[in-house]
Amino acid sequence: MRNAVAVTLPADWRDFFALTKPRVMSLVIFTGLCGLIAAPGSINPVIGFTAVLCIALGAGGAAALNQWWEADLDAGMKRTASRPLPAGRLARGDALAFGIILSALSVIVMGLGVHWLAAGLLAVSIFYYAVIYTIWLKPRTPQNIVIGGGAGAFPPMIGWVAVTGEITLMPVLLFAIIFFWTPPHFWALALFVKSDYAKVGIPMMPVVAGERSTRRQILLYALVLLPVAIAPWLVGGAGAFYGGAALVLSLSFLALTLPVAFRVQTKEDAMLPEKRLFGFSIVYLFALFAALVADRVAAAQGWIQGSIA
Amino acid sequence: MSPEEETEIKRRQRSRNIVLGSVLLFFVALFYAITIVRMGD
Repeated sequence: MRNAVAVTLPADWRDFFALTKPRVMSLVIFTGLCGLIAAPGSINPVIGFTAVLCIALGAGGAAALNQWWEADLDAGMKRTASRPLPAGRLARGDALAFGIILSALSVIVMGLGVHWLAAGLLAVSIFYYAVIYTIWLKPRTPQNIVIGGGAGAFPPMIGWVAVTGEITLMPVLLFAIIFFWTPPHFWALALFVKSDYAKVGIPMMPVVAGERSTRRQILLYALVLLPVAIAPWLVGGAGAFYGGAALVLSLSFLALTLPVAFRVQTKEDAMLPEKRLFGFSIVYLFALFAALVADRVAAAQGWIQGSIA
Repeated sequence: MSPEEETEIKRRQRSRNIVLGSVLLFFVALFYAITIVRMGD
């Protein structure tokens, strides 16, 4: 493992921006915004904007802290070796300070401007990702993706709580949907992308438990995801439009996991079922949350019947 | 330090200052808007 090169030039601002993992942040913004819009009640647009901004800033801060901690690991992997820290374009201490400032700023602004419960959840999610996941459990257990999924599951819950000011069943269900969605989503990718996690000592599931076991677990999570995804409709938190969409989407998801679950990789395998599952998993999450928002907005406008939970 | 390095340092400092200044101005505007909205609560 090589150490980061000493930095003499002042870092370019784009490298600080790259530290926030902007592509991950776009999914965080989307799910956070969906939670905010789907929640019953109304929120002033300025406050709603502030809430989503704080969720994004918190995610950016957590991502910076993650890369500060993993700079040496990233240097050892092809996919991540060109990130600002391992490439030596940014000093490690600067990344740490940047991560802490973003994280603290996001929580404080959320608390003062929006709601302290949402701010508390945001603080918990940053701590969970940067410390419990990155520092503690990711290098120690092949269940790391399951645990990391918990961090990605916070945004819609925080968006929801920013409006309602209380944790009810619905935001918890939104959390659960992303939580159970993450492992099949990531493991499908891990099956067809030759990663060098093993080289740097990160125990990813396909490496530790083997391909067969990983494939079975993908199916297991997809099976749990189905009832969790339609639960918002079953408990009356969303209408039949969402229920129908969730059912169709989840059954399709399950159908795509079946070939992945019961096959074995051959030599020169194109890994098409795995790629198909991974591609659909992204469509699935976007479509599911979009359906929830459409359902809730339509109900609130009186276009369709549906209880406001 | 070569003149090229000198220019590069100046360029980066300048772009960083512009970005940081814009971010601070944005927060000034945001806090102003939040304050106005919250006073109406």
